[in-house]
Amino acid sequence: MYDIIVVGGGHAGCEASYASAYKGHKTLLITSNLKNIADMPCNPHIGGSAKGIVVREIDALGGIMGKIADKTHLQIKMLNSAKGPAVQALRAQGDKVTYPKEMLNTLNSLENLEIKEGMVEDLIVENNEVHGIILEDGTKIESKKVILTTGTYLKADILVGSTRTRQGPHGEKPSNHLSDKLKDYGFRIIRLKTGTPQRIDKKSIDFSKTRVEPGDDKLLTFSFDLEPQYKIEDQIPCHLTYTTEETHRIIRENLNKSSMYGALDDVEGIGPRYCPSIEDKVTRFKDKERHQLFIEPESRYYDDMYLQGFSTSMPPEVQEQMVHSLPGFENAKILKYGYAIEYDAIYPTQLNATLETKILKNLYTAGQINGTSGYEEAACQGLMAGINASLSLEGKEPLVLKRNEAYIGVLIDDLITKGIRDPYRLLSSRAEFRLLLRSDNADLRLRKHGYEVGLINNEQLERLEEKEQEIIKLREFMQENKIKMTEEVKSIFESENIQIPTATMSIEDLVKRPEISMKFINKIVDIPFKEEIQEQVEINLKYEGYIKKAYKEAEKMLKLEKKQIPEDIDYDDVKNIASEARQKLKEVRPKTIAQAIRISGVNPSDISLLSVYLKKEYNK
Amino acid sequence: MNDTIAAISTSQGVGAIAIVRVSGPEAIEIVNKIFKGKDLSQVESHTINYGKIIDKRGNMIDEVLVTIMKAPKTFTKEDIVEINTHGGIAPTNKVLEELLINGCRLAEPGEFTKRAFLNGRIDLIEAESIMDMINAKTQAQREMAANGINGKVSDLINKLRDDMIQIISNINVNIDYPEYDDVDIITNDIMIPKIVNLKEKVKKILDESKNGLIIKEGIKTSIIGRPNVGKSSLLNALLQEDKAIVTDIAGTTRDIVEGQISINGIILNMIDTAGIRETEDKIEAIGVEKSLKTMEESDLVLFVLNNNEELTEDVEKLLNKLENRNYIIIINKIDLDNKLDLSKVNINKDNIVKMSIVNNQGIDELKEKIINMFNLSQIETKDPTYLSNTRSISILQKCLNSIEEVEKGLNNNMPIDMIELDIRNIWEQLGEINGSTYEEELLDEMFSRFCLGK
Repeated sequence: MYDIIVVGGGHAGCEASYASAYKGHKTLLITSNLKNIADMPCNPHIGGSAKGIVVREIDALGGIMGKIADKTHLQIKMLNSAKGPAVQALRAQGDKVTYPKEMLNTLNSLENLEIKEGMVEDLIVENNEVHGIILEDGTKIESKKVILTTGTYLKADILVGSTRTRQGPHGEKPSNHLSDKLKDYGFRIIRLKTGTPQRIDKKSIDFSKTRVEPGDDKLLTFSFDLEPQYKIEDQIPCHLTYTTEETHRIIRENLNKSSMYGALDDVEGIGPRYCPSIEDKVTRFKDKERHQLFIEPESRYYDDMYLQGFSTSMPPEVQEQMVHSLPGFENAKILKYGYAIEYDAIYPTQLNATLETKILKNLYTAGQINGTSGYEEAACQGLMAGINASLSLEGKEPLVLKRNEAYIGVLIDDLITKGIRDPYRLLSSRAEFRLLLRSDNADLRLRKHGYEVGLINNEQLERLEEKEQEIIKLREFMQENKIKMTEEVKSIFESENIQIPTATMSIEDLVKRPEISMKFINKIVDIPFKEEIQEQVEINLKYEGYIKKAYKEAEKMLKLEKKQIPEDIDYDDVKNIASEARQKLKEVRPKTIAQAIRISGVNPSDISLLSVYLKKEYNK
Repeated sequence: MNDTIAAISTSQGVGAIAIVRVSGPEAIEIVNKIFKGKDLSQVESHTINYGKIIDKRGNMIDEVLVTIMKAPKTFTKEDIVEINTHGGIAPTNKVLEELLINGCRLAEPGEFTKRAFLNGRIDLIEAESIMDMINAKTQAQREMAANGINGKVSDLINKLRDDMIQIISNINVNIDYPEYDDVDIITNDIMIPKIVNLKEKVKKILDESKNGLIIKEGIKTSIIGRPNVGKSSLLNALLQEDKAIVTDIAGTTRDIVEGQISINGIILNMIDTAGIRETEDKIEAIGVEKSLKTMEESDLVLFVLNNNEELTEDVEKLLNKLENRNYIIIINKIDLDNKLDLSKVNINKDNIVKMSIVNNQGIDELKEKIINMFNLSQIETKDPTYLSNTRSISILQKCLNSIEEVEKGLNNNMPIDMIELDIRNIWEQLGEINGSTYEEELLDEMFSRFCLGK
C-alpha cells in the first residue's frame, strides 16, 4: 500500500513524486518507459516569457525544475531585459540528454520514492473514491491518493500527412483505455492537438546564412539556492533564420496534404492558438512575407537541431522541400520529421483549486491531461498536486495560491474557472497582478509557503529572512545617505546626460527619479549591498506608485474572494440569470463571487442577480 | 421576484386619467379577479380591454381600460397589466387598494425599473435614463433621457472601450512574445499619440456631459451686488413676474421664493435669493465672505453694479475673484449719470451688459450672453448623446485623470507593461458606467434614488 501513486514520469510527474516523497510519503512513480523520465519530446528550452517566472516560483516553493535546469542547460538569458521588471523572465536552452539524467538522479536519491515501469489502464474506484490503480495486465496497486500526469499519452495519435498512427511521442505506446474509463466515471473528456517541428542534422546547416543568438554574458540562475553552474563562454548559441517566399509557395501548393488541412478528415483535436503550425501561420497571416524560425541545439551530446516555429503535419516529401527552401538549409538533412499529435484530456473545470477532481475523491490530475501545454505549466501543476495530496494525507489545510500571489495561482484559477478551448499556455498578459508576480521576487512571495508545506528547510528560510533584513537595511541606508552636488558629482551627471539636481538629495530621492538608476548611483558612491538586494529596492522605489495601485487592485479582488458562495447553492433557483451563465455556474461551481466574475459567459448583470439571491437566501 | 407588484404610475394629483401598473407572474390573474368585462386570462397579449373595476361586493369603483402585456415582451419582462382609471385620487387609490387586497404587493421605490434591469431588459444607463425621463421638465431633458434609454450612451462608452482594447492587445502581444521580431514593437513614442487621442475623446464627452448636466439640473445662478443696485429688480425681470415687490424701501422683498427661469429650455436655478433680500435690507456694506461663498457654489454669477455709484473696495475685491468662473457683470441704472470706473479691475469686457432694469432695457442682451456662455443654442440643436448623471460623470472624470497619469508615465519612460495595467484599469472603470464591469455598491445606490411607480 502506497501513500501516493503518480502515474506518468514527465515534468508534472517528477515534481509531484518529488514533493510527495520528500515530504516523507511512501510514493510510487509509475511510467510506461523508464527512459522517458523528464523527457523533453518537443522544444528543448525551459522558461521563457511568464514560464521563466513559473520556474522561479517552483524553486521558491521547493520544487526541482529550476535546479535541474541550472545544472544542465546549454545557455541562459533574461528576456525583456529592456522592458519593465514585471515582464522579465529567464529562458534556458535545456540539454535533452543531461536534464532527464540529472532528474532521475535526484528522484533516485529519495528514499521514499519507488519508480516502476507499467501501463495504467484503470483506477480502483469505490463510492467515487480512488484507492489505487490497475495495470494493463490486471495487477492492482493500492494507494491513498493517485495523481495522474499522463501528458499526451491518453489515446495518442501521431498525425503525419494522411497517416494516423496510434502512438505517443517517440513512437511510444499510448494508454488506450484510461480515458474511456475516466469517461465512464463521469468525466468530460476533450480532444486536443499539438505539434512539433523537424530535427535537423547540425552538420548539414550552413550557419553563415543565419543570425547567432548567444546566451547572456551575465551569470544567471533559476534557483534561489544554487550558484551558477556554468561558464559564460561555454554557452552554446541558438541561431535565427526566416521562411522565404519559396517556403510559403510550397506550403500553399501542398496544403491539402497536411493532416490538418484535409489530408485527414477525422481530426477533432484543437491545436494551441499560441503555438500555431507553419501551415496555420502561412494561411492565417497571408500578408506576412516571412516568419521567424529559431534553430535550437537539443544537446551537447548529439547533433539534432530543433527548428522552432516550423511545426507541421505535412507528409515527409513536402517537409523535405519546405526545409530546403530555408536560408542555410539548402542541403539540410532531416533527422526526424515534424508531426502533430492528438490526445485526450479532461476538461479542467472538473477540478478543485487543489487539483483534486470534483468527481473522484483522492484523484488529482496535473499537466497536459488538464489541457495545458508546456513543461513549466506541467511542472508547477505537478508540484501543487503533490503538495496538496500530501497535505490532505497529513490532515492539513491545502495550499491554494491566489492570483495576486503567483503565476501558478493564475494558471490553476484560469483552468478551473474559465476552462479551455485549446491547449493552455501561460502568458504575462493573463496575470492582472503581474507587477507583483515578478521573477526577482518569487522567493519573497513564496518561500514561506514552501517552508510551511515542508519543502523548504530551515537553512533556506534563514537565507530568505536575511534577504528581507538586507532590503530593509538598504532602504534605511539610502534614506540616511545624501549626495552633495560637488563638482565631481556634477561631472558624473553630465557624462551620462542626466539633469543635475539643484540641491543635496538622499539616495532614495535620487533613485525615485525615472532617469536615475542604482547602477548610476554606484558610480558616485559604492553601495555596500548585494546586487539582488539593490535590484529589489530599486524596483520598489521606482515603480512605487504602480506597485501601490496593484496592491489596491489586489485588495479589491480579495474582498470579493471573501464573498463566498455556499457549496449547496442551487443555480436553478436563481431567477432570471442568462441560460449560458446558469450552465457555466453549474459547471464551475465557483467558491466565491470573485471567481464567479471571472467565468467567461457570466456577465455583470448575472453577478448582480446572484448577489441579490445570496443576500436574500443566505444573507451573505 | 416571485411576487406581483402594483403601484400608481402617474403622478399623484388630479389628472384626466391615471395609470395603475401591475407586474409579476400573477398580474393578469389578480386584475381578472376585480375586473368585470372580458375574461382577461383569455385575451391576446398587447390588447386594450374595456370594463369595470369592482370590489368584492360587486360595487363598481371605476370604469377603466385595461392593457394586457404578456411576458417577455414587456418593460419588466414579466406579465404587466396597466389599468387606466379616471384620474382623481380617491378612485385610483381604491383600485390600488383592491389590487393589494387580492394579492399584489405595493412596489418599492424604483422597483419596476429595478426588475427591468435585473431581468436583463435594460442596462444601468438605461435604468438611470428612465428615471431622468420621468423627472424631465424640458424638451432638452426629455431628448437626452431618450438617448440614454435607446442605449446610445452605452454605445458611446463601448466605442471608447473598443479603442482601448486595441491598444491593450497591441501591448500584450509585445509582452507575451518577446523573442519574436515579427510583431511590431509598441514603444512609448507610438503610444503617446494614441493616448492623447483617447484623452481628447474622453475630454470631449466630459465637456459635453457637463453641459448635459446643465440641461438636466439647471444652471445654479446667483445675483451678487451691493445693497440697492437692483438685484431684486433683476430677479423679477428674469422671472417675468411681479410676485416680488421692487422698491427702494428695505424689507419689502421678503416674500420672494427661490426662482427657476427657463431660457431656450435651459433652467437657471436662482440661489440665495434670501441673501439678495438680506443685503438689500441693510444699507451698509456688501457681505464679502458671504458673497464669496455664494460665488463658489454658483455655476453662473450675475454681478450687479450701479452705474451711478463709485466702486467700493469690497466690490473691487469680489470682482477680482471672478476669474475662472462664469460671470456676467451687469451695469445697472445706465439712465443715471456715470460715476462707475472699471478700468482698475481685472475683468473680461465681453462679459459686461449695460442695463436699465426699471426701464426693461438690456434683458434680451443678458439672456443672449447666458446662452452663448453655456453653448445653450448648440445644446438645443445637436444630438444630445452624453452622460447626464453625476455618478457617470464622476467615473469619467476619474478615467480622464487616469489617462493623464498614463500620459505622464509614458513621458517619464515608464515600462510599457506597467502602462498597460493602467490602461486596463481605465477600461474597467469605463465599464462601470454602463454596467459592463461589476460594481458591487452600485445596485443599492442606484435603486435607492428611484421613485415609486415606474
